[in-house]
Amino acid sequence: MEYQVNGKTIPADEEGYITNLDDWSPELAEEIAKTENIEMDEERWEVVNFLRDYYQEYQIAPAVRVLIKAIKKSMGPEKGNNKYMYELFPYGPAKQACKIAGLPKPTGCV
Amino acid sequence: MADGDDLRKMEHPLDIPCLRPGAMEGLEPFIAAPEHQAKLGFPGELVPNWKEKALEKMAELAEKNRAFQVYLDACVKCGACTDKCHYFLGTGDPKNMPVARQDLLRSVYRRYFTFAGKYFPKLVGARELTEEVLHEWYSYYHQCSECRRCSVFCPYGIDTAEITMAAREILDHVGIGQKYSNEIIGKVKDVGNNLGLNPKALRATLEDLEEEIEDDTGISVRLPLDEKGADILLVTPSADFFAEPHIDGLIGYAKVFHETGASWTLSSYASEAANFGLFIGSYENMREISLRIRKAAEDLGVKRIIFGECGHAWRVAYSFLNTLAGPFDFLDQNYPIPQHILEYTWDAIQKGKLKFDKSQNDHIRLTFHDSCNVARASRMGDMPGGQFEIPRNVIRAVCNHFYDMPDETIREATLCCGGGGGLLTDDLMDLRKKGASPRMTALQQVTEEHGVTHMAAICAICKTQFSKVMPVFGYEMDSIVSVHQLVSNAIILTGQETGEDGNEDEDGGA
Repeated sequence: MEYQVNGKTIPADEEGYITNLDDWSPELAEEIAKTENIEMDEERWEVVNFLRDYYQEYQIAPAVRVLIKAIKKSMGPEKGNNKYMYELFPYGPAKQACKIAGLPKPTGCV
Repeated sequence: MADGDDLRKMEHPLDIPCLRPGAMEGLEPFIAAPEHQAKLGFPGELVPNWKEKALEKMAELAEKNRAFQVYLDACVKCGACTDKCHYFLGTGDPKNMPVARQDLLRSVYRRYFTFAGKYFPKLVGARELTEEVLHEWYSYYHQCSECRRCSVFCPYGIDTAEITMAAREILDHVGIGQKYSNEIIGKVKDVGNNLGLNPKALRATLEDLEEEIEDDTGISVRLPLDEKGADILLVTPSADFFAEPHIDGLIGYAKVFHETGASWTLSSYASEAANFGLFIGSYENMREISLRIRKAAEDLGVKRIIFGECGHAWRVAYSFLNTLAGPFDFLDQNYPIPQHILEYTWDAIQKGKLKFDKSQNDHIRLTFHDSCNVARASRMGDMPGGQFEIPRNVIRAVCNHFYDMPDETIREATLCCGGGGGLLTDDLMDLRKKGASPRMTALQQVTEEHGVTHMAAICAICKTQFSKVMPVFGYEMDSIVSVHQLVSNAIILTGQETGEDGNEDEDGGA
């Protein structure tokens, strides 16, 4: 797979995760979201930005629970819960949000 | 092929479908990239002399593993297994009848390794190995979760999973590996777990959970990592550090250890119970992963090894660990080597070391899904069937409302979750939904009869699979729970304030 952003071709794996993490840009995130039928808004950006910050620090995506806790702190309990995360990212905050954030797919029994 | 939206409505969990020849033909999970293959010692792509290599490997497996050869020779096509596979029941594809799936390999074996097959191939249904056949193997041997339900019903005791594993092993050796399993095994070798969770991130996650437990209970409960001199090494699936509801199970283990005063630790080096070497039939990879556990136990100087809730890990641990990584003569011989967390918790309950408020689980009407590898390939405790009774005993000690699913779908006849054996990958989601249909139909029955709302499991794969497929069958994704999550809900820690009046509970027997 690949994405087209500003005339540049960004390579991705079979499932749409970008292969070179440095290729990421906010414009690319919008583009990936589009292929996932997701419209990026303030809440979704909050999640994506948190994932990117966490990845910067730990080189892996956070546990869903850690993500939710952080969102709870910044957006309040009515948004900081699993159900709301799945409303934002129907295919799961871990996998779908990671894809948009340009992070590798979490692997294993998850 | 639609993404599970052609799910058939089943009248009952074992409702036999009308045949749909070719229904799942050509379904192939993503093939491993050369870099994933290389880490496991397999060729990166189809080797030029694949036919010779494949037959060589088949001969070697038949020679080394006499049981495999017997399984190839002994089948009399009686048909007892035909309707026992959840993927056959869910898809109606006749090649998913266990006997037919096995025959994809058996027919090639006959052609090259039996007298009749060499000279009268057509008479005995023997066939040439072609590239087409390799892809048919790749497709249908990834439509088997190695759950071994069909084996229970085979009058010859043919272990069909062994044939699936052998097929995958042969495919790996000619350069056709499955991306999902092989990428994961590579991560275990690099980082120590399936997720690729490094020690720093693992430590941060555990600290976060300690904080959460203290916020919830007012009690400081530790989740120690890499603590030398601890008595117990807990080896648990890395999904327990990451996914829901797994992580609530991990909190449950920690609370039980805390309450029993155990000295325990996790290891960042062996931060994975799962062993996908089993799924791909690779003894070498299975051994390498197992040896990490031995090394961690030696380095940390522990006396005992306990496994968390992971189905196939418990099979590998219970049945093979001593052969793969033993002898464990440096561990305390007064305890089972290794031990299951449920054995530990049940023992503590029997000794009155844990106190529960069962009403904390009163919002749940529960059933229990026996995970295939625990049910059919291991045991717990010191009596036959302990692997069925001990989880139920623990559940009954912490829940007021428990109802089993129909007899023909539980215990040794349990139905696979639909995602086991290396199939828990998004590119097989259609198959996963169809394969879950029998189990989900059994669940719907107890929902109708007893108002069951939740199902508990003791396997990371089952938990993830159900959280994904349950919504398709009318349940919330959090209707799947860890057994130790139920323990965690009900346990009253010493000194923990409960109820609105803030009564302190005394330590006491359950």
